Amino acid sequence: MRSRQAQIGQAADALAAGKRPRMSGIARKEAIAGYIAISPWLLGFLIFQLAPILAAFYISSTEWRILSAPEFIGVRNFDKLLFKDDLFWQSIKVTVIYVIFRVPVSAVLSLALALLMNQQLAGRRLFRTIYYLPAVIPLVAVSMMWIWIFNPEYGVLNSFIRLFGVEGPQWIHSSRWALPALIIMSLWQVGTGMVIFLAGLQGIPAHLYEAATIDGANTWQRFLKVTLPMLSPVVLFALVMNVIGSFQIFTQAYIMTAGGPGNATLFLVLYIYRNAFEWFHMGYASALAWVLFVVVLVISLAMLRSSEHWVHYEGRIGGA
Amino acid sequence: MATGHPPRTMRNTIILPSNRYQLLNWTTRTVIHLLALAGAAAFLVPFLWMISTSLKPMEKIFQYPPQWMPDPILWRNYLEALTVMPFGLYFRNSIYVTVLSVVGQILSSAVVAYGFARLRFPGRNILFIILLATMMLPWQVTMIPLFILYRSLDWINTYYPLIVPNFLGGSPFFIFLLRQFFLTLPLELDEAAKLDGCGPFRILWQILLPLAVPGLTTVAIFSFLWNWNEFLWPLIVLNDVDKWTIPLGLNGFRDQYGTDWNHLMAASFVASLPVIIIFFVFQGYFIQGIATTGAKG
Repeated sequence: MRSRQAQIGQAADALAAGKRPRMSGIARKEAIAGYIAISPWLLGFLIFQLAPILAAFYISSTEWRILSAPEFIGVRNFDKLLFKDDLFWQSIKVTVIYVIFRVPVSAVLSLALALLMNQQLAGRRLFRTIYYLPAVIPLVAVSMMWIWIFNPEYGVLNSFIRLFGVEGPQWIHSSRWALPALIIMSLWQVGTGMVIFLAGLQGIPAHLYEAATIDGANTWQRFLKVTLPMLSPVVLFALVMNVIGSFQIFTQAYIMTAGGPGNATLFLVLYIYRNAFEWFHMGYASALAWVLFVVVLVISLAMLRSSEHWVHYEGRIGGA
Repeated sequence: MATGHPPRTMRNTIILPSNRYQLLNWTTRTVIHLLALAGAAAFLVPFLWMISTSLKPMEKIFQYPPQWMPDPILWRNYLEALTVMPFGLYFRNSIYVTVLSVVGQILSSAVVAYGFARLRFPGRNILFIILLATMMLPWQVTMIPLFILYRSLDWINTYYPLIVPNFLGGSPFFIFLLRQFFLTLPLELDEAAKLDGCGPFRILWQILLPLAVPGLTTVAIFSFLWNWNEFLWPLIVLNDVDKWTIPLGLNGFRDQYGTDWNHLMAASFVASLPVIIIFFVFQGYFIQGIATTGAKG
């Protein structure tokens, strides 16, 4: 029996050394089982992700109205979206503004809530539940609720603002306020970020704080020198996922504003949806989808790359 | 906030469960509680507003200042909202799609996670990195080719596009989560079973899966949540009104009865109810799941 393990060990060593190992029978059996085990994912990846991404690239070079055959038109779709389509640039502008405001504000808010939930608080579980619940209920239902909340005359928000003797804006019925309204609404759903940060906070070893306190650091200094650096890997993860998710905003705009008023909330995915499934411009919609793909990819990679400068991994932390 | 004068604050200190270092005085604790309460009130208002509106008669809805306690309370709004459109049918459709998707995601992500956690094969690391990278993929880039694929298979207006992909890998999040879970189980279990002549898949089925029930529960809950709430993909593949899921039904309801706020709020509340119930029952698993994929990723 020992020899079995030794054989596996040798195979593993050979692998680690980068040699092409001649596998023993047992190692080969294990490898075959391994491939069988991951095959559902591998198939799914090839069929539902890799192939469609490549296909989308091909479709983006065609004019395809779905009922007729696709007609190859080279880079004309990209030429159109870059130089001739104001709506494309509008959708990029609206989406980028949404991401730029939503991501940092919700990060700060969820970190603040996590810090609050990390204190000794009577009824902490109940508070956590209340803060987290909005993040789990169906977005379609959330959108319905907020249409009514944003109702300029009878909605709860403007009724509240009226208490101060001021008339609130028209919110989702105003081309100026519709986008801010959707950003405000998204802040109601910061619960996921809060839970991620809370788990990160609870993973920071207490002795670091003790050491900092002994060195005379006050609360603010401890936050800057211990909490933030120790939390930075979690912050990176949360920011990247939030950026990716925010670029995909669709449901709220589809239901609450239909992209309006005056295309003020025409997000990129909504524009892709309309081109593909309302106007059946499959080629042009695929070109737009590729833009989304590339933009998200580039921004995520840039964020991950920038992390070298601000994310601290354990072992590099000094006391305080 | 705790001060820099240990002798003074030491007198009324509270030792915190999570951060023992922190010494909070009475004022600080009061401020913290007030902040938490104010925040909770702000977070609860939309729910209360929805429930309050759902129980009002129409003429009391368009009223300023708004009335928080409905008078009279109209329970029949719920009955009307749920019968004016076939919400019973939408519920059944949603449950059908969601249950099958959950089963598919649990089965496939458990097997795949086991492969990545426990079995050695050439290329494992690079494949796992690819899997992690797909978490960053905006899936809308695949939506048009997949629509065309399903159209050529005659799968539009069926539930196959919503269910079948879940049996092939499910979601990278779930695979990652279960892999982390399997890694915490002692390797000796596998070794012992191997000595007894167990093959790799019997080890998974008979030894590891029973121990992984908490991880599988977490996956089941998130899978339920995501599939229940999904809107864009069903919107694309289900055109037939009789095939609609709950989110599509709610959207259709609004198209038809746009300003019946009481009925719309009642329907929205009912659509959220399964999720709310599951959330309250399995809260710990939600928190755990997010903590595993988020903080330890």
